[in-house]
Amino acid sequence: MNAILIILTGSLVAISCSLLGSYLILRKMAMVSDAISHAVLPGIVIAFMMAGGRDSLALLLGAGILGILTTFLIEFFHQKGKLQTDASIGVTFTWLFALGVILVSYYAGNAHIDQDCVLYGEIAYVPLDVIILDSGQSLGPKALIVMSVVLVLILLFIKVSYKELFITTFDPSFANAVGISATFWHYALMSLVSLTTVASFESVGAILVVALLITPPATAYLITERLKKMLIISSAFGVSSAVFGYLLAYTIDGSIAGAMATVAGIQFAIVFVIMKKVNKARTRSAVLSLESEPTS
Amino acid sequence: MIIQTENPALEIHDLTVSYDRKPVLWGIDLSVPYGSICGIIGPNGAGKSTLIKSVMGLIPLSSGYIKIFNQELDEIRLKVSYVPQRESVDWDFPASVLDIVMMGRYGKVGLFRNIRKADKEAAMNALEQVGMEKFYRRQISQLSGGQQQRVFLARALTQQADIYFMDEPFAGVDAATEKAIIQILRRLAGEGKTIVVVHHDLQSVSTYFNWIIMLNLRLVASGPTEKVFTQQLLEEAYGGKLTLLSEVGELMKKEQVPTRE
Ligand SMILES: Nc1ncnc2c1ncn2[C@@H]1O[C@H](COP(=O)(O)OP(=O)(O)O)[C@@H](O)[C@H]1O
Ligand SMILES: [Mg+2]
Repeated sequence: MNAILIILTGSLVAISCSLLGSYLILRKMAMVSDAISHAVLPGIVIAFMMAGGRDSLALLLGAGILGILTTFLIEFFHQKGKLQTDASIGVTFTWLFALGVILVSYYAGNAHIDQDCVLYGEIAYVPLDVIILDSGQSLGPKALIVMSVVLVLILLFIKVSYKELFITTFDPSFANAVGISATFWHYALMSLVSLTTVASFESVGAILVVALLITPPATAYLITERLKKMLIISSAFGVSSAVFGYLLAYTIDGSIAGAMATVAGIQFAIVFVIMKKVNKARTRSAVLSLESEPTS
Repeated sequence: MIIQTENPALEIHDLTVSYDRKPVLWGIDLSVPYGSICGIIGPNGAGKSTLIKSVMGLIPLSSGYIKIFNQELDEIRLKVSYVPQRESVDWDFPASVLDIVMMGRYGKVGLFRNIRKADKEAAMNALEQVGMEKFYRRQISQLSGGQQQRVFLARALTQQADIYFMDEPFAGVDAATEKAIIQILRRLAGEGKTIVVVHHDLQSVSTYFNWIIMLNLRLVASGPTEKVFTQQLLEEAYGGKLTLLSEVGELMKKEQVPTRE
């Protein structure tokens, strides 16, 4: 039963991350997720101090605010400061993370908080942290419920604004020209990325979140020629990372999050090698068919 | 030499545009008549793309105003079509030719609504016009430069606009594509649409365009081709680039016999 709960939670995180990560990769913003997952640390510490304990809602709120602030700062330094996106990401999250580390070390004496519990949240404990109603009835693991809500939000968001996300990702200038604000959809997407990152890493840890945001979409990108398929295939790779990652961890009795991230990486490597061969064959046949293309 | 036209399709008044407070275009004052095929020419970095982007509202204006059909862009956005420079997007994007062309309908379809069958038909129709209907399912990464440009043109055509702004549609395309594109532009102009094109090949200027905007950070000339496409104004616009200038001189001589087609 516990195994199923862990795999289920892992899969929900994986699908959420794979869907949003697909857009991040296509927008060449994959590392934003890494930035967010680090930059939220001060938010978590401050929320922890203000709420006086591990009140999840306060932590989520504190982290969420910092996450959105991070995306704004990255965009701000990039647009107004004329910094390259990667430099802008680096500048923003390192100092926010450093601020968080200072806060943690300053308060560590009188509070139960340390980097490990924030950055390397432990998916193995998912079944232990259940939500219990006043009537004494158990609703199920908190992480499972939170991630279900997040996934539904993401699915709704993509379903309702598929074409807006599509056009602003492919060609932001053209989007603006036809009256679809690229900036608005950038922040809408980034807010959801912040929310997902924050909601996921309390249960599965930051490293796994970043791995799931980037690796399954990158794997799908190698295979597919359509955005819709990329969303579906990367979700599938995400789920299989969760399932086989759990099995791997069970077999070697190791870290579950680590195993899931490892499986995601192995999947990428296998697909990469296969697609290299396939593309070579394709290029050869494309050269042959070049003459048959109509020109006017 | 700036020749204004009565009742213009595009009117730019006292336009100044800056990047980081450094003016890139200043004091631009011009008008373009209805139904013209207008070429924007000038050396690299002259601000040609910047001019088009300002018209499309993609860059804030430092001063001045722009009117299209005597209205603000926001009032008539659906009548205005834009073809960005081909290199401005990632052609490895996981999308089909039809996906991209359909984007021309997004403005009309409206927020949160789905593409309808009529939109698909309009997109297929535009693909037929540019001779790309057979490629509608192909991934855009598997297109040649000329085919990519045709896809961008098809996307603009599905907008069914009344004025078209195109940034270097002839750059890096094969001869057949260039011919196909200019034919479509002429047909559109024949239907009373106005076309404004950034162009870099001086050889074809006088055969392609009946109106010229000559830029080099400031406006050097704007007017009918036969009046402003002169050696003297070209020297002013391309000033200093001697090798180029003598080439232009040669070109001007050749252009006396308008046989190119
Ligand atoms: N986003 C930008 N930020 C700063 N400077 C820019 C930007 N885009 C263009 N420029 C500068 O503005 C000038 C005009 O550029 P552009 O309009 O692209 O010229 P053209 O299209 O005629 O080659 C150039 O000097 C260019 O370096
Ligand atoms: Mg340009």
